[in-house]
Amino acid sequence: MANQPTNPSVETSRAPKSQHAQAVATPDQNAGIGAMVSVTIDHHELKVPLGTTILQAAQKVGVHIPTLCHHPDLCVAGVCRICVVEVAGQRTLQASCAYPITQPIRVFTHTRKVRQARRHVLDLLLSEHYGECYSCFRNNNCELQGLAKEYGVDHFRFGHPDKPAHEPDRSSYSVIRDMNKCILCRRCVRTCIDLQEVGVLEATHRGSETTIATFEDKPLADVVCINCGQCINRCPTGALRANDPTDEVWQAIDDPTKHVVIQTAPAPRAAIGECFGCEPGTPLTFQMNSAIRECGFDKVFDTNFTADLTIIEEGTELILRLYKALVLGDKDAVVPQFTSCSPGWVKYIEHFYPEMLGHMSSAKSPQQMFGAVIKTYYARLHNLDPKDIVTVALMPCSAKKFECNRPEMADSGYKDVDYGLTTRELAQMFTEAGIDLPEMPKSDFDDPFGTATGSGVIFGATGGVMEAAIRTVVELVLGVKVENLFEHADVIPVRGFEGVRYAELPLGEKFGPVPELLKLNKDLPFDSWDWLKGATLKVAICHGTANAKRVLEDIKAGGKFSQCHFIEFMACPGGCLGGGGMPIPTSPEIRAARAKAIYGEDAAYEIRKSHENPAVVKLYTEFLTEGPCGHLSHKLLHTGYTPRGRYIV
Amino acid sequence: MNAPHKGITLFNDIEVNSGLKAAIGLSRSDIIGVIRDSGLKGRGGAGFPTGTKWNLAAAATKHPKYVVCNADEGEPGTFKDRVLLTDFADYVFEGMTIAGLATGAATGIVYLRGEYRYLLAGLEAMLAERRSSNLLGKAILGKEGFDFDIEIRLGSGAYVCGEETALIESLEGQRGEPRNRPPFPVDTGYMGCPTVVNNVETLALATCILAKGADWFKAIGTEKSSGIKLFSVSGDVERPGVYELPLGISIGELLTVVGGEGAKAVQVGGASGRCVPAEQFARALAFEDVSTGGSIIVFGAGRDMLMVAKNFLEFFVDESCGQCTPCRVGNRKLLEGVEMLERGQCSVAYLRELAALGETMQLAGKCGLGQSSANAFLSIIEHFKDEILGRDVVAAQ
Repeated sequence: MANQPTNPSVETSRAPKSQHAQAVATPDQNAGIGAMVSVTIDHHELKVPLGTTILQAAQKVGVHIPTLCHHPDLCVAGVCRICVVEVAGQRTLQASCAYPITQPIRVFTHTRKVRQARRHVLDLLLSEHYGECYSCFRNNNCELQGLAKEYGVDHFRFGHPDKPAHEPDRSSYSVIRDMNKCILCRRCVRTCIDLQEVGVLEATHRGSETTIATFEDKPLADVVCINCGQCINRCPTGALRANDPTDEVWQAIDDPTKHVVIQTAPAPRAAIGECFGCEPGTPLTFQMNSAIRECGFDKVFDTNFTADLTIIEEGTELILRLYKALVLGDKDAVVPQFTSCSPGWVKYIEHFYPEMLGHMSSAKSPQQMFGAVIKTYYARLHNLDPKDIVTVALMPCSAKKFECNRPEMADSGYKDVDYGLTTRELAQMFTEAGIDLPEMPKSDFDDPFGTATGSGVIFGATGGVMEAAIRTVVELVLGVKVENLFEHADVIPVRGFEGVRYAELPLGEKFGPVPELLKLNKDLPFDSWDWLKGATLKVAICHGTANAKRVLEDIKAGGKFSQCHFIEFMACPGGCLGGGGMPIPTSPEIRAARAKAIYGEDAAYEIRKSHENPAVVKLYTEFLTEGPCGHLSHKLLHTGYTPRGRYIV
Repeated sequence: MNAPHKGITLFNDIEVNSGLKAAIGLSRSDIIGVIRDSGLKGRGGAGFPTGTKWNLAAAATKHPKYVVCNADEGEPGTFKDRVLLTDFADYVFEGMTIAGLATGAATGIVYLRGEYRYLLAGLEAMLAERRSSNLLGKAILGKEGFDFDIEIRLGSGAYVCGEETALIESLEGQRGEPRNRPPFPVDTGYMGCPTVVNNVETLALATCILAKGADWFKAIGTEKSSGIKLFSVSGDVERPGVYELPLGISIGELLTVVGGEGAKAVQVGGASGRCVPAEQFARALAFEDVSTGGSIIVFGAGRDMLMVAKNFLEFFVDESCGQCTPCRVGNRKLLEGVEMLERGQCSVAYLRELAALGETMQLAGKCGLGQSSANAFLSIIEHFKDEILGRDVVAAQ
């Protein structure tokens, strides 16, 4: 279960432990371990570990059972009833997703009763689903639509709504919720409450009035939604979608007075192929560059440039913070420092742990740094008026849409990033322009930010920020090649999908000189690394807000994580590659394939360390001349946070 | 000894706490053996053998264990548990204590229907009295290691919380919605612990069985449905009320007792039960024939059966927990069908479609209540088809 982002502790979860993930016996069920049970599914006979569900057993022998409420990332619900099967000797049909096999049984997956029940369930769902398929963003990628085809629905047996009954909630910058299309499978509820432990969406009312609602049915923008969009990725229909700015982006492209630039984050390039029929984990970075130009964007930049910049700024901030806390005893320098690149995570801590905002790195996310650099440095370099520049950000993320609309994100004097596009939305723009992405020729990113490093790329996977930071810290502080410590500079201890990971790096006694890059900052309070002698760098990585909650609670209680120096947090399970703007569907296997593509791309880069990125070095020599965390850096590349709290008035 | 009569005389010759005292002298397995030998089956309607349930909980290795008394009497037309809790609550508490002894549970919880809040103060006083008499608490009646106490929790008005797993969800502070089964509460119940959930009447009868012996109970009723049953009788009868009758009695005999001769139909088992027409009044009220949790609603000759079906469906449209598709949407479709019938706009073909949907609801619903929610509709359109379709003709004219 290593790939499961579900949280290890179930105390805060609503689902009883027995139903949280009905799967093979776990170590607390000693009696069940190793026990195998025979099961017959149609004409297949097999043996499965005790507790395997009928659905899992059927998948093993290639028997297809339809599902709707079931999702590989979520706890069992057993509510849609589309997956019912007949179990010999049982009066009623059983939901195969929720039925653990604990004794030998015979299962029939397509008897008359089963076929009738599935067709009825579909007919009942369709009688309430306002299926305007033509105008739905999930057209051709809708699980309900797919099942209607699979079961040969040729008429609406129990009627069909011919007009919408609800006004879609468009209040949020990130997520649009349209109850007309909701089929009450509650994947969003289980995502929000059980997977992410945010708890914005819950089933309310009962009987035929049952609905999914926010607290007091307030608009999404007015509740504690962190915009992670994990609900979008798991919705089987079009009831949840991201707020789509493609019309505005096309408009800017069509406007000859506008200089439209796009920055592309590392995760989308490893997944956008999925929208064009490619296997998950097919990297299309350079084909995507050509396609973007084909659409009419003036420049295509690599967000990895500011990912590298983030490492320098955030890393410098960490060093300064540690010096203040450990050497000067400054109470305001709170350790551990938390990363701040994930806007879902940022809003999570603002809502749920506002008292811990002091831990947050003040460094902006790579997206926002890029926006600020484009409308200042780049504008000056190319003699452009910033008001004529439109910055678009291709992100794997729905929360980035909210982030770029934060009022404080205008340090260039303009809105730093004008539009956040998701991977899905850019794919839509490509198809609209008649582009078959996998067939496009390859082309590189544009200068002056063309050169990126492998460290920027791995920002797309959980643990990537930490790995990039360690590569840079080792070289800048210890003055040795990171390859001397980690083979191929792969910092394996921080990789993987475990919800929370912890690693230690003893710094030893030998240090290099303080590098010139840092010395640009004249306020640097030290001129050697002596104060770090004998120290051990303790770091942690955490993805999914449910896991973040565990870590934050541990820090509050003075546990192991309070001893850390630096912790990477990502709101989404798997990090950016599991983001709310990524192609649908998602599953542990799909996320693992995307991660493989990202690490593969990292390995292919010549330069794999942020501080060696020549464009970054150039930026500090030409523009940010007061060095990392200097005055101009602070103005353009750093930000503050809003203690929002859980209660919104 | 068991002549049919109104009211409850069952406990007249059973001294309070005599059942518990008898149980204390027995081993756990002997107590369960007595209950099993008596043939006692769950009185809430499902009819699961009580001895088996207790045995499963007793055999469970997890701790702690719980005994829950299901006093969420919400089935339309049922009011016998209210009478038990009003006049004979001691026997219920005693039954819970015996169940605790038999299964190894130290905590009992009464899940009291929200509408019965007015009983709460009296019941709490009785619990306090039992505590001070060492009938609850530590080392009950001096038996070392036998600790058991009872708390009362209030429901909040949802019908579905009478379903045992929804009841447990509600006890845990969650939305009252049935869980997937398996696992069953005897293995994974309240707080994930082994839990016995018994109806009020089942627990009171367990007390009687311990006091008077399995043979006494088994001598009453039929082979598969032993013992006495309380019936809540309402509707078009001369003498509505709670009746204490042996299981196996025919519907016709019951109607004679309560003054309901000439009835056109009887709804047995409340909204989730079945509607039995006059030509089947010879059928027996027993687990092997027409099973019931005790609700008997009698419809006189003048009743419009379509309206009866409509009434029950309106109930389920409101009271489905809203989780599973067949119950949540299915009941609404059945109700819409009844409304079409009312207007004379439902074709025979569509009625057949609705009957098939009803079958799906029985087969594919998530919980016992969802599975039984179409029963009333199905039995009414089966037995009163002519009357119902006849309305169309009247309406069309």
